[in-house]
Amino acid sequence: MYSDKVLDHFRNPRNMGEIPDADGVGTVGNPVCGDLMTIYIKVKDNRLADIKFKTFGCGAAIATSSMITELAKGKTLDEAMKITRGDVADNLGGLPPVKMHCSNLAADGLHAAIQDYLKKKGA
Amino acid sequence: MARRVYMDHAAGKPVAPEILEVMMPYYTDKYGNPSSPHSWGNEARKAMEDARVKIVSLIAAKKPEEIFFTSGGTESNNLAIKGVAFRNKDRGNQIVATTAEHMSVMNPCKSLMKQGFAVTFVPVDKFGIVDLQALESAVTDKTTLVSIGYANGEIGTIQPIGEIAEIVHRKGASLHMDAVAAAGQVPINVQGENIDLMSISSNDMYGPRGMGALYVKTGTRIEPIIQGGGQERGLRSGTENIPAIVGMGKAAEIAKAEMKTEGQRLSQLRDQLVKRILESVPASFLNGHPTQRLPNNASLRFSYVEGESLILSLDMLGIACSSGSACTSKTLEPSHILLAIGLKHEEAHGSLLFTLGKQNTEEDVEYVAGALPDIVKRLRAMSPLTPKEMLS
Repeated sequence: MYSDKVLDHFRNPRNMGEIPDADGVGTVGNPVCGDLMTIYIKVKDNRLADIKFKTFGCGAAIATSSMITELAKGKTLDEAMKITRGDVADNLGGLPPVKMHCSNLAADGLHAAIQDYLKKKGA
Repeated sequence: MARRVYMDHAAGKPVAPEILEVMMPYYTDKYGNPSSPHSWGNEARKAMEDARVKIVSLIAAKKPEEIFFTSGGTESNNLAIKGVAFRNKDRGNQIVATTAEHMSVMNPCKSLMKQGFAVTFVPVDKFGIVDLQALESAVTDKTTLVSIGYANGEIGTIQPIGEIAEIVHRKGASLHMDAVAAAGQVPINVQGENIDLMSISSNDMYGPRGMGALYVKTGTRIEPIIQGGGQERGLRSGTENIPAIVGMGKAAEIAKAEMKTEGQRLSQLRDQLVKRILESVPASFLNGHPTQRLPNNASLRFSYVEGESLILSLDMLGIACSSGSACTSKTLEPSHILLAIGLKHEEAHGSLLFTLGKQNTEEDVEYVAGALPDIVKRLRAMSPLTPKEMLS
């Protein structure tokens, strides 16, 4: 049901963990629905210097979290804001249709973390 | 070289070679239609009636005429519920079930609601046992049928059949029991236990898929939902699937002969599996009744992790099982059965169902119990829900 790429990211998730002194944190999803994702970012010179995730959820939820950290790391904030759910799924070699909506939350999580950073910075 | 351990027997069982063997001639050589009056037809009819007698023997029915072959557990449940509801509309329009029934009971009941029937879903307790007081007050003189699972296939809990039957019959309703998960595993005596209709499935007894039966006690008012050439004494039309019927008969015969020894063996393996896991994985729990449960059922749950991730991780080590998590369902809802026993959504998401079978051994149990702690630990390290102190 899952692509080899999804299973690879599930088996060996990239950038899993927390950043204790993160510049921005974004949490999306809901444990009631079965998926909860937190993205932590460090920003340096308007770029994502570091990014980590923690996720409760299915294989797709964990793999998309891992993939978003690979896609976003080193990108400028503007570039990162342009990463879509579709980009995440495409880079994973596709997701089962039923998972496209419920578990493909990683792009939202990244955007929430960046918005959190911008809000903190603006304040 | 990698070890493979299948513990998902509620999802599907292998067909035993000795069962396949008795089926094969009915595909290639003895292919007559039992409705035909010639010798080919007679041969097929005799095979079918032999199989019926074996089912009678398994469930202690009174006579072969009480067994009706269907395409499986789902059809048997549909036939029992809709067939009795429609046939007895002149007597009453109420059906009673519990909140923890299989989907093939829940959905026919909901369909009847749309057609003007009143359906009452009686709650179950935290073990999945029907609330007998609630049942008592739910069944009225308008109730024509009460449908309750003999044993719950997902959490393993076996119902107090005698008390249920007493209440249902005192109120003048018929009792249907979905015994798909139970038949062949635990002794059932439909006469002694006062069951009016009972669904059983072939594959759940290691017989071929796409085959099942409905027991209907003589005198029970029921009408067909599939109409046609009048096979199965008019209750279930359609040319009989003779090879599968023969296979189901053989499966019932073997299940009866092996029930005691295999039931004891599986119960021991199951207890060992549950004990080992509960001891070695923190924040793990057993779902369903601790003792009143099916011999092969180990339903567990693990806090802070999600079931599909557990299944994928186990699959990578060659282990197969199921989960009641939303992420493994077609509806994206967690199992209504786990919610019915009072679990929160996030608890239901972390459930795993191991169902053991004939080929499982003590080594299998050790392998699964040995693999699980690290898998849960790894996923908990990823989960934002895991309490910090558990990770250290």
